Amino acid sequence: MALTNETIQQKLTEKFGEVLYNWGEPYGMLTFSGPKDLNLKVLQYLFDDDVLNFQFLTDLQAVHYPGSPGAELAVVYHLHNLKDNVRIRFKVFTDISKPDVFSATALYMSANFMERETYDFYGVNFVGHPNLIRILNVDEMDYFPMRKEFPLEDQTRIDKDDEMFGRGGRQ
Amino acid sequence: MVDTSDHILLPEGSLEKQTNTLNLGPTHPATHGVFQNILELDGERILKATSTVGYIHRAFEKIAERRPLYQITPLTDRLNYCSSPINNMGWHLTCEKLLGVKTPKRVDYLRVIIMELSRISDHLICNSIVGVDSGAYSGFLYLMQFRELIYEIYEEICGSRLTTNIGRIGGFERNFTAVAWEKLDKFLDEKHGYPAQLREFENLFTRNRIFMERTIGCGPISAERALNYGFTGPNLRAAGVDYDVRVHTPYSSYEDFDFTIPVGKTGDCYDRFLVRNQEMWESLSIIKQAYEKVKNIKGAEAEVYHADVPAYYLPEKKDVYTKMEALIYHFKIVMGEAEMPVGEVYNSVEGANGELGFYLISDGGRTPYRLHFRRPCFIYYQAYPELIKGGMLSDAIITMSSLNLIAGELDG
Repeated sequence: MALTNETIQQKLTEKFGEVLYNWGEPYGMLTFSGPKDLNLKVLQYLFDDDVLNFQFLTDLQAVHYPGSPGAELAVVYHLHNLKDNVRIRFKVFTDISKPDVFSATALYMSANFMERETYDFYGVNFVGHPNLIRILNVDEMDYFPMRKEFPLEDQTRIDKDDEMFGRGGRQ
Repeated sequence: MVDTSDHILLPEGSLEKQTNTLNLGPTHPATHGVFQNILELDGERILKATSTVGYIHRAFEKIAERRPLYQITPLTDRLNYCSSPINNMGWHLTCEKLLGVKTPKRVDYLRVIIMELSRISDHLICNSIVGVDSGAYSGFLYLMQFRELIYEIYEEICGSRLTTNIGRIGGFERNFTAVAWEKLDKFLDEKHGYPAQLREFENLFTRNRIFMERTIGCGPISAERALNYGFTGPNLRAAGVDYDVRVHTPYSSYEDFDFTIPVGKTGDCYDRFLVRNQEMWESLSIIKQAYEKVKNIKGAEAEVYHADVPAYYLPEKKDVYTKMEALIYHFKIVMGEAEMPVGEVYNSVEGANGELGFYLISDGGRTPYRLHFRRPCFIYYQAYPELIKGGMLSDAIITMSSLNLIAGELDG
């Protein structure tokens, strides 16, 4: 029997109870969030369970939401069950002033560079990572450039503002 | 002074206690691209390797946050520049998934032709470079002339050759011209076209004793390690896992085609070489099938080359001058005033190197809120130090070229 999104959700809820939240299926991919101190437990369970079998880490990245205090940074895992060909997306949110998230490198070798990249651009501190240093930017950099407080264009320009990109206007 | 106490490869009582450090790259002529590897060498044997990336980082993800969808296509060109049409198509497919655009069958088939052509152009470069690095230069010259022909076909369709920016959201910017079809015929010709040349190339290499000695057992990886390292594409298939996005999650009507996924066993350079060669044959067969299918479409559909998405597909110039609606859409698209629906979407295509993924989060604005490229090279490059450890320096060079590391795809 093919693995369905309902089965995955049911199994995860049985195991972890109500701590997993925000269930959804945008464009068919099961998406959910969990508390950040449980991320390794969830990933480990997804990896080890005979039915779930999510053993392939497709992608790992962060997103910055400056508008949600206490949960500014989201770390997003895309996991893939290659046997049943099911993908899921798992998010954990963290406070930007203390962005500690457990590293998944013990589970997936592929997480090494991806976590370094995420650290490099968003400053997520992956606890337990063997070599958490900058990867694409210069070592001397002392900020995290993909965060939203670093806009691309010179903000003193008045001929081109956020309104032109569909996000509010200059009040 | 380097601590050599744990270097097991040194014979007991050896006088030579010091290892050499070699900077292979970032501008070494034998590494095809900007790669730096700091190697600890004992004679010619590699004890330890440390990879550095980031020399050509171009901040595409950041730039994309301020660009409307159609302006992001040229950024994707520059990821894996050996097969940029696949990147372009992957990006268009992601946008279409987000916007809910359904493309006509003819567009799908035309896209398949272009994507398979670029897969061939990518694999032929990789395999002939493996030849060059192992000391057989002539195979490279045989195949290279056909990459030229592939680029001429791109040129007929989109006007450029390397960084193509081919296609638009919803289809192509123009229909394939008669010259494009003619060149495709020339490419597919059994006697004088690519099949004959590829056969010749295989005759030169596949059972060549020197080449086999050079590549068998060089840089191997087991299926389990490969999966754990996030390998995808030909490199994973060479290790024996039959994962292919075209089959697992068909896009652009790949389910209509009949093809097999070649797999290897040991995941060494030789298997990677064989898998890529076999994939080129499969691609040729797919192109022929798509060609047939396109030619069999009759009636009103026969000349369709884009879907009907006026809000995202730039109207024809003559309509812009004569029709009010076309003029409005033209203005809105060029000024980047087309808003996209709120949502998050992950879409992947089988790039020449593996699963090329696009993760797009939209907050309803005119530009992506966040865009992430899953670059297969970046992910499997981590395994490189493990692959070359304990081997000779010259094996490291072959391993690098047979992994098909493209610097553009590393740095995003």
